[in-house]
Amino acid sequence: MSASLDNTKSYLEVNPGWRNWVVTLDHKRIGMMYLCGILAALMLGGFFALLVRTELFSPGAQIVHQDWYNKFFTLHGAVMVFLVIIPGIPAALGNMVLPIQLGAPDVAFPRLNLASFYLWCGGATLLLLSVALGGIDTGWTFYTPYSIETQTAVLPAVSGAFLLGFSSIFTGLNFLVTIHKFRPASMGWFQMPLNLWALYATALMQVLATPVLGITLLLLFVERFMQIGIFDPTLGGDPVLFQHFFWFYSHPAVYIMIVPAMGVVSEILTTFSRKPIFGYRFIAYSSIALALFSFLVWGHHLFVSGQSRLANMVFSALTFSVGIPAAIKVFNWTATLYKGDIRLETPMLYVLSFLILFTIGGLTGIFLAVLSIDVHLHDTYFVVAHFHYVMMGSTLVAFLGGLHYWWPKLSGRMYPETIGKVCAWGVFIGFNLTFLPQFVMGSRGMPRRYWDYDPEYTLYHRLSTIGAFILGMSMFTVVCYLAWSLKRGKKATQNPWGGSTLEWVAPTPPTVFNFPEPPPEVELYEYDDLHEVENANQDGVTNWERRPAANKPARSSHH
Amino acid sequence: MKVCPAHRRRVLDRFVLLVVLVGLTFGSAFAPASAQPAVPPGTPAAAPAAAAASPAAGPPAAADMSWWDKKAAEPYIYDGTYWLPPAASTTAQGPDDLFIWVLGLSAFFFFAITGAVVYFVIKYRHRPGHKAEPSPAHNDVLEITWTIIPTIIVVILFVYGWRSYISMTSIPETRAENQIMVTGSKWFWTFRYYNGVEDNVLHVPHDQPVKLTMTSTDVLHSFFIPVFRQKQDVVPRRFSYIWFWPTKTGVYRVYCTEYCGKDHSLMKTKVVVHTSGDYERYLAEAFTRQMSLSGAPLGESVYKKKGCEGCHTLDGSVRLGPSFKGTFGSKITLADGAIVTMDDVYIRSSLLSPQGQTRPGFPPSMPVIPLSDKEIEGVIEFIKAQK
Ligand code: HEM
Ligand SMILES: [Cu+2]
Repeated sequence: MSASLDNTKSYLEVNPGWRNWVVTLDHKRIGMMYLCGILAALMLGGFFALLVRTELFSPGAQIVHQDWYNKFFTLHGAVMVFLVIIPGIPAALGNMVLPIQLGAPDVAFPRLNLASFYLWCGGATLLLLSVALGGIDTGWTFYTPYSIETQTAVLPAVSGAFLLGFSSIFTGLNFLVTIHKFRPASMGWFQMPLNLWALYATALMQVLATPVLGITLLLLFVERFMQIGIFDPTLGGDPVLFQHFFWFYSHPAVYIMIVPAMGVVSEILTTFSRKPIFGYRFIAYSSIALALFSFLVWGHHLFVSGQSRLANMVFSALTFSVGIPAAIKVFNWTATLYKGDIRLETPMLYVLSFLILFTIGGLTGIFLAVLSIDVHLHDTYFVVAHFHYVMMGSTLVAFLGGLHYWWPKLSGRMYPETIGKVCAWGVFIGFNLTFLPQFVMGSRGMPRRYWDYDPEYTLYHRLSTIGAFILGMSMFTVVCYLAWSLKRGKKATQNPWGGSTLEWVAPTPPTVFNFPEPPPEVELYEYDDLHEVENANQDGVTNWERRPAANKPARSSHH
Repeated sequence: MKVCPAHRRRVLDRFVLLVVLVGLTFGSAFAPASAQPAVPPGTPAAAPAAAAASPAAGPPAAADMSWWDKKAAEPYIYDGTYWLPPAASTTAQGPDDLFIWVLGLSAFFFFAITGAVVYFVIKYRHRPGHKAEPSPAHNDVLEITWTIIPTIIVVILFVYGWRSYISMTSIPETRAENQIMVTGSKWFWTFRYYNGVEDNVLHVPHDQPVKLTMTSTDVLHSFFIPVFRQKQDVVPRRFSYIWFWPTKTGVYRVYCTEYCGKDHSLMKTKVVVHTSGDYERYLAEAFTRQMSLSGAPLGESVYKKKGCEGCHTLDGSVRLGPSFKGTFGSKITLADGAIVTMDDVYIRSSLLSPQGQTRPGFPPSMPVIPLSDKEIEGVIEFIKAQK
């Protein structure tokens, strides 16, 4: 923290110019750079998705043949999972708000933070390199022995995923230390915003699970290079072992994706309903519970891989037990709306979408956890729909909600509200049109990763393709208007939504070290002394000011 | 439960169709020009490549078609309830009932939660003069209730799921005729019966337990018969098992559901459930037919059934491997520069060790295909005949 930086000025004004940005140690700038990269990757992944869906509009060849189709769905999956959904909330949004919510000037290890971003860039470059070298066709899961023998560009893609793993570990490590060490004395664990609980739980998983991915990919790399015979059955290796290793990481990874989304949702929900979160402690504990349980259920991806019946029984039982904390969180969020004063701005629309979509995603997970049903549904479109409801319908929708929620704070500008709402509806409708039909064709037997399909599934594939275009157009519009608002948007106020956490006490945009003077203590999720002031700035944007409530009602505590 | 499922399904389909028509009107901007209309059931897949790459898809010329091939060419049966394909095995009942139960429970929770969300949003929406009212920030009784109820539900689901899974995976005694070897290869299935008959279509008897012992010659595959509600991965250098007890005669779809490379989506075939008696007749007559084949006709059958067709054409066009058209007797240049004659010796060693002599411009992708001497001779005659 160089003393030459002027902490009375906005972080956007001090040291402008891209030369200063690329070597910045400021968590907000790193978060912004992450955001740009992630949004670019999102558009690339979305482009591949639309190619896949266009090809599937009718049976037989539409725009491409098998080889390219297989590359498109692999690249779509790899880009979306490794470049977008996993880093999305922690590395972009989390980076921007975590220190501010703690009242801290930065994360604990700013250099590690920048290193994490450059590892992300390195990983992204390698993935792009594999596209340039003709693409890769293994599916995002890289299952052996196909991934050992395919002639496509596996090595750069695998090395890319390997680097991205380290990027994720660095972010997690940084967040763990920051939350332990930079929490002000006045903020006990149970005075932490739920977003921080969620990021903490996520960081735990990132640090504990990701090394397993690294080792697995390294082994795959070595297997391709030197034929050591660990996964290759012709050399005495075991291809199913790869699946165990892979899912030992990738199941926790799906919680690395969803838990931070739950944190974002909790924040937005309380702010826009002006009520404390119902059952704060439960939500906090259940984030940690999900993080720990997530290590014990990987076997549910191997129910028909030849795993023993005993193992299947244990993994099925454990999988159900993860469903329960997830269900209770949904009940708690719903109860938070009770007797609130609900405002339907764009972030809240996304959060309400999340509630509905996550409910569908979780409930369809229950179908899959029932052993005998999963035998039928495994590797069909039912599973495809299930994980899109949780990864896209929940995580990505929460990411969009969080992006709109914190955008005014970080960019200093408001996004256009009306078009924002239209796009939120577009995302919701397009999403459901894309993925609801996939449940139906999946349970009727349509296998996944199929370039060609039988005629009886045509209707459902067509609906899905139409939905995908609505979804794609809506999301593309979001990216466009956010970029537009950077220069043209209305100037944001300090607290446009009436949030109660510390980031709304910081100036908009925050100064270099976030707070020009040490932040006051605030009472978490306490809305009585926040008052709405309309037309608070020259652009007519609302601000919420903190004044003691006239006659403060006795407040039932959530501690 | 009085409404017949097919009717219910039609009504739902019509509703869906309405939605799609609305969608199509403004979706037509991106509809690819070559969009084909849905093909009526039973016609072979619309994909042109399908016929070539999956041997089962191209029925032989009608004249020399055996009765069992004709039977296999009957339309597929796939129309079930709205959610599930028809159920044609004894073990389908368990998962099907559970599916409906979980669906009902899900619908209940979905509507309860969505209903509550929508109700609260309308009732407590912000409007002039409206304010949030104080309410408890937690409630132990409520929270314990909504923890315990889902817990009880999932315990019950787990137990029933486990029990039906056990019956789906407990293989009963089966007579030798009903034990069939399954081999998955990129990208076709081979079924070998106890008397040595080989086929790319699975023939099974009605109302008897059938056991499949499966393995793969290359990568992972997965054997999936939707109407039997059975699926199991097929792993190289390992055996895996699957069994079923067919309850309805007919022709049903079989898919590969573990991604296995280029033609994964074409790696499908059919299962024919015969009435009792017909199955035995099939085994006996297919055996005679198989034994009586020799020379070029045997070679042709090997070419079609063992996947040669996926890479080698007969019309001179090039796929993954060179075409067989007019090659016999010609001089060919190998990757190492040697010039050899394409003759009996060359063909035999290409089959026994495909990577032993490779030709420039073709990836080293040909697997070893186990063949008897008689079959190899047949293949040689067959290639000779491709003028
Ligand atoms: C109630 C909670 C959930 C349950 C009970 C559940 C259950 C399952 C089961 C049993 C499978 C394996 C299905 C199969 O392959 O046959 C599965 C697949 C999957 N689930 Fe979930 N799930 C839940 C929530 C989530 C969440 C929150 C996410 C991610 C954010 C997620 C992401 C995935 C993914 C990515 C796959 C499969 C990916 C693939 O095969 O490519 N699930 N889930
Ligand atoms: Cu999982």
